Amino acid sequence: MSTEALEPNRRDFLVVAGNAFVAVGAASLLWPFIQQMNPDASTMALSSVEVDLSPVKEGQAITAMWRGKPIFIRNRTKAEVEAAENVDVKTLPDDNARNENLPGDEPGTDANRTIKGHENWIVLIGICTHLGCIPKGQAMGDERGEYGGWFCPCHGSVYDTSGRIRKGPAPRNLEVPTYAFTTDTKIKIG
Amino acid sequence: MGGHTSNYVPTSRWGKWLDERLPIARLMQSSFVDYPTPRNLNYLWTFGGILTVCLLAQIVTGVVLAMHYQPSDAGAFNSIEHIRRDVNYGWMLRNLHSVGASMFFLAVYIHIFRGFYYGSYKAPREVLWILGVIIMLLMMATAFMGYTLPWGQMSFWGVTVITNLFSALDTIYPGLGTAIVEWLWGGYAVSGVTLNRFFALHYLLPFVLTGVVGLHIWALHVVGQNNPTGLDIKQPSDTVPMHPYATAKDSVGLFAFLILFAWFAFFVPDYLGHADNYVEANPLVTPPHIVPEWYFLPFYAILRAFTSSFLGIPLGQYAKLCGVVAMFSAVILIAFAPWLDTSRVRSAKYRPIFKWFFWFFLFTCVALGYLGSKPAEGIYVIASQIFTLCYFLFFLAVMPIVGLIETPSRLPRSITDDVLSKGGTGLPTGATAAPESR
Repeated sequence: MSTEALEPNRRDFLVVAGNAFVAVGAASLLWPFIQQMNPDASTMALSSVEVDLSPVKEGQAITAMWRGKPIFIRNRTKAEVEAAENVDVKTLPDDNARNENLPGDEPGTDANRTIKGHENWIVLIGICTHLGCIPKGQAMGDERGEYGGWFCPCHGSVYDTSGRIRKGPAPRNLEVPTYAFTTDTKIKIG
Repeated sequence: MGGHTSNYVPTSRWGKWLDERLPIARLMQSSFVDYPTPRNLNYLWTFGGILTVCLLAQIVTGVVLAMHYQPSDAGAFNSIEHIRRDVNYGWMLRNLHSVGASMFFLAVYIHIFRGFYYGSYKAPREVLWILGVIIMLLMMATAFMGYTLPWGQMSFWGVTVITNLFSALDTIYPGLGTAIVEWLWGGYAVSGVTLNRFFALHYLLPFVLTGVVGLHIWALHVVGQNNPTGLDIKQPSDTVPMHPYATAKDSVGLFAFLILFAWFAFFVPDYLGHADNYVEANPLVTPPHIVPEWYFLPFYAILRAFTSSFLGIPLGQYAKLCGVVAMFSAVILIAFAPWLDTSRVRSAKYRPIFKWFFWFFLFTCVALGYLGSKPAEGIYVIASQIFTLCYFLFFLAVMPIVGLIETPSRLPRSITDDVLSKGGTGLPTGATAAPESR
């Protein structure tokens, strides 16, 4: 080998630059092929639904659909609200409020999971945070678990009346979706 | 392929013309006709051929089923019933395909346990073994996606549960798991969009699988087949030509297997399935008891063994992640067997201690399969945890330690010696491989 070839020359520059262009070009060509699998425009368009709560009496529950997911809405009894409020948040497996209406990192008190003035209403994404089953507890006569909330039959996760995980393999509380009361008896989810 | 040089002599002018341009007949002859096979292979060695037939059968039945199937939210469930009731012979093709998946796994599991018993994973067959593990992973992905296509309740909730496994990554980096899951689904929940892409991949993967099977056979023919003694081929009298000796034995094994296959397909086609899958997918109702197909049960049991604690060790919010990591490692670990096993003796026939651990490992896998089919509660959870521990200990403790402390029994000097010492006779005239080169 000759010793004077150690200094980078124009050919080295062209090789490095050429390869860099190929790499960037390949990556940017790959991106559409990855991105096409993400939720499409028509799916994103279904981003909000309105639900009329007037027919739901105290103690009753309804399930709405939002973005293909079931939304649990329960008009809780006074006893259920009290049970949810009288819990020491520090003893919970997940002490985070998991409420998309709040900025994040709030403690998981019942007040932080409901909307002020409408504390009897709990609105949750009805998907078990373990592996995505739909917990039981919406219909009359469903098994609700020992905390009176929801019970996931797949792997035995137990949620309380505020939708917080109390027992079983699920890592997080049931999520509270973004929603607001448009009137006293109507909510807009999303 | 491999160390064996071809003895192919073209017999016609056209054969000679082609041989000089594309020696494909030469390749076939040297790979599948006069290829030297160990003379002591037992029926467990017929499963390679059986698996090739399984793969081809799945591709053939699958391609024709795809001509009648509709991969859409609204059409999928009904199109399966259409195939079963209206399409000419659709009932048969559909049953052959769905039972075929089970048969494929039955054969592949026997094939893998054969490898464990006779040490087929050890040098120089490491690459061959790893390719086998890749084939198993591809089979699992293909079977999983195939099971979603009927779009019944078990299909739908099976996909939901398994794709949700990736959300465990949220514990490592918040949002990462959710982003991956939504990318897989193409939405915020499993939907027709998910079904459509799974169908596309279910059609693609078998051809990828075929390619890897090609590499598997290539690697096999480079290093040569293992055999019940685990000894290397040392002399021509250790081998017989593949055709007619191995091909004839393969045929006997294949037909016995096909009898079982046909019995399932024609008499109990739904025995290995679930009644819930004849209820159309409903995203609002989860069946009370979600179970995967039988061939995934041992891995499912490992996944579920990690409840909020594992054998008394609290796991807290990492429970889900631990279960997912354990399930995937249970498969990946198999690929490391060549380096985990420290014994230089291949066949468990000559390994008095390892032999018993092998049978216990087989029992562990069957036990995990049973536990995977049971609800995750009470004694079943504890038993799953104990057997999960046994599964991992087999790889991480038994394989390295037994190889170091065990005294193997005396090995025969050669394959020929082993056959003759058991009252076997000398080879029939002309039986050694490559007779024309003697």
